[in-house]
Amino acid sequence: MSLDEARLHELLQKQQAGQVKAKDRYEIPSQPMPAQDAVVRRSNINEVALGYTETQARLEAMRCLQCKNAPCVEGCPVRIRIRDFVAAIADGKYDEALAIIRENSLLPAVCGRVCPQEVQCQETCTVGRKFKDVDKSVSIGRLERFVADRHKGGLLPKIAPPTGKKVAIIGSGPGGIVCAADTRRAGHDVTVFEAFHKPGGVMVYGIPEFRLPKAIVQEEIDVLKKMGVKIVCNFIVGRTRTIGDLMKEDGFDAVYVGVGAGLPRFMGIEGEQLVGVYSANEYLTRSNLMRAYAFGKGSDTPIAQSKRVAVVGGGNVAMDAARTAVRLGAEKVYLVYRRSEKEMPARVEEVHHAKEEGIEFHILQNPKRILGNEMGHVVGIECLRYELGEPDDSGRRRPVPIDGSEFMLDVDTVIVAIGNGANPLIQQTTPELEFNKWGNVIVDEKCATSMKGVYAGGDIVLGAATVILAMGQGRIAAAAINEYLAKG
Amino acid sequence: MSYKIVSKQQLSENVFTIEVEAPLIARARKAGQFVIVGVSNEYGERIPLTIAGAEPVKGTIRLIFQRVGKTTTQMADMNVGDSFGHVAGPLGKPTHVQKFGTVVCVGGGIGNAPLLPIAQAMKQAGNTILSILGSRNKELLILEEEFKIISDELIIVTDDGSYGRKAMVTEPLKELCRRNPKPDLVVAIGPTIMMKFCCETTRPMQIPTVVSLNTIMVDGTGMCGGCRVEVGGKTKFVCVDGPEFDGHQVDFDQMMKRMTAYRKLEQQALDAYQEHRCKIGLDQR
Ligand SMILES: Cc1cc2nc3c(=O)[nH]c(=O)nc-3n(C[C@H](O)[C@H](O)[C@H](O)COP(=O)(O)OP(=O)(O)OC[C@H]3O[C@@H](n4cnc5c(N)ncnc54)[C@H](O)[C@@H]3O)c2cc1C
Ligand code: SF4
Ligand code: FES
Repeated sequence: MSLDEARLHELLQKQQAGQVKAKDRYEIPSQPMPAQDAVVRRSNINEVALGYTETQARLEAMRCLQCKNAPCVEGCPVRIRIRDFVAAIADGKYDEALAIIRENSLLPAVCGRVCPQEVQCQETCTVGRKFKDVDKSVSIGRLERFVADRHKGGLLPKIAPPTGKKVAIIGSGPGGIVCAADTRRAGHDVTVFEAFHKPGGVMVYGIPEFRLPKAIVQEEIDVLKKMGVKIVCNFIVGRTRTIGDLMKEDGFDAVYVGVGAGLPRFMGIEGEQLVGVYSANEYLTRSNLMRAYAFGKGSDTPIAQSKRVAVVGGGNVAMDAARTAVRLGAEKVYLVYRRSEKEMPARVEEVHHAKEEGIEFHILQNPKRILGNEMGHVVGIECLRYELGEPDDSGRRRPVPIDGSEFMLDVDTVIVAIGNGANPLIQQTTPELEFNKWGNVIVDEKCATSMKGVYAGGDIVLGAATVILAMGQGRIAAAAINEYLAKG
Repeated sequence: MSYKIVSKQQLSENVFTIEVEAPLIARARKAGQFVIVGVSNEYGERIPLTIAGAEPVKGTIRLIFQRVGKTTTQMADMNVGDSFGHVAGPLGKPTHVQKFGTVVCVGGGIGNAPLLPIAQAMKQAGNTILSILGSRNKELLILEEEFKIISDELIIVTDDGSYGRKAMVTEPLKELCRRNPKPDLVVAIGPTIMMKFCCETTRPMQIPTVVSLNTIMVDGTGMCGGCRVEVGGKTKFVCVDGPEFDGHQVDFDQMMKRMTAYRKLEQQALDAYQEHRCKIGLDQR
């Protein structure tokens, strides 16, 4: 028996006798996530985090204090009954744990991997508070992933008898998937329309394989198909058919718009049109969806064969782009971020993994211009150093440039990951819909838009947000659609 | 959906025209719009191609492409009955068609293909159509017959003088622009360098000139920014803001450099594919 197993065994015996005290729980070390070796993984695209063993999962679950007020639940955007599912894991009842999660979240294998737990459920966790260290909170996300991974194949929910009503879901991201599942369960005839040749949204073309294996997303899509949801790819709503066509001519009674973010932002500095400057979206789409990583080995999607790369930004997208560049063979990858590391919106685990993989962080620095050679190819990026000044609207201290602090980074590729505007196509082609000045669809608390029967959610409503928020809105919209269709 | 090829014809040494099943696109498309096609669903490039024509009743669209890289070579090897992995569209904003008066349509090389539906639509809107078609030599000239039908005047130029006038398209363009009254609009579609010089020709005479840009693309929905160009000092996305722009505002030099981004890799992919064709005996067919 290993040390951990022995510890667990002892704790479980104590538990049976009703003798486990809070002190015992605090003494259980927080379980580290097993991961692929940092050097080895630089040259493969396989998942980095390998998942808890059963012993680890139960030990981690035993760290939970079962707080009466369960502040973790408050921190969860979809209010998963965290305390209860963690208790079920401690008891070894994994199916029960999964069933509890699924009451509120349909994509636990995804969310367990990509949610920013440290600013959600784990931020408010009593254990983390006690140690004044959010890293010491109960690892709720890892536990969620553990039970989701144990149950491959997904559960097929019960489907109500046909209602004769048709629902169109536009976009197959997390919001669309959940909205499709929930409206299908109510017995409606549901079709998902996707612009790309593969469904899954950002989970397929944006988030890389090494962080979210595509097989997991595919499984969720397969579940939808088994439920009888139709999935139509290469269908661009607004162009192939408009929302008006779908409702007036094709007989759809309700529509969910989940087309996600679009129009990547650029910095508006000199040199951004040079060859070798990418938006992170393009870089990641080429490598993920179009498999540029297999160039010459089956794939013919070209991508820059970079030696030295600068990624600009500090979010998940920036981390993903930087780590992808490493895997595509770059020798040196810099991450240039304007604020301090504390302010980086990326998940802590990704920041940690990125550093382990040798990515060099340039904090409190920002590009001033990109330099090119006579062929128009990037040869360098000039940056300015910044310091933190007064807090801005977001409450974060505003970075201000230090005069005369310019310096050069020698790079052949620049990847810009500073966010997206809204996807413009639906706005261009749906005059009946109301948008705010940033191009996001305006919805009420039920995700209803200004157009009757049309609902919206996810990044097209929230601006660039998260998987769990998109999923939450997909659910709210589905409930509203089901209610709307039951009436008429 | 099957995206099956229902007919195929070779127009010149390296130019092919195919009809592909895509009923929804055939119904929705307007002049000036394009599709993004991919040979395989798992691997590979997504390439934009203008819709050269469509038959809504039959449910087919017509594409014209030039064999240049790996994907287009692969497409040239496909036959009637074969299917594409995916075809998505129609993309881009349709051409702004109205009665302008006299419209000069300038096509260069494969650019005649995207130009044709625009010229047809302009004709139908009651415009007088003066067409200039250019190519390197007689063999490479495509769609002459189609343009003859709709043009009030048709001028052909070749680089080597093997057919029509021995000249660049800008020469007759300049002459037409000097006529009185001068033309109301010029539409120029062809190699980037040709569009650039057409715009240089019409700029001093202040004749509005529309060009259709064929940048590298990925998604075609405004998500990736790979298709961006500078127009009037602002970054524009060809797939959602274009493909047609005011040619006098376009930064062609930047665009030409960006178009070369993958030249080396494309050659690699093509070489590997040629070798593979050789091995399986495709090139003997
Ligand atoms: C690289 C990257 C990393 C990220 N990492 C994380 C993370 O770690 N954790 C996290 O919580 N969030 C992360 N996010 C954000 C998260 O992925 C998004 O917030 C979420 O996917 C939004 O979901 P959605 O339902 O709005 O649809 P999306 O996932 O945005 O999908 C929209 C879909 O609609 C399709 N579409 C667009 N236009 C049309 C049209 N006209 N017709 C038909 N289909 C259309 C698109 O092709 C796409 O498939 C990341 C995002 C990126 C880009
Ligand atoms: S806050 Fe932390 S310790 Fe309390 S119930 Fe939630 S997970 Fe358990
Ligand atoms: S092709 Fe991606 S934004 Fe235009």
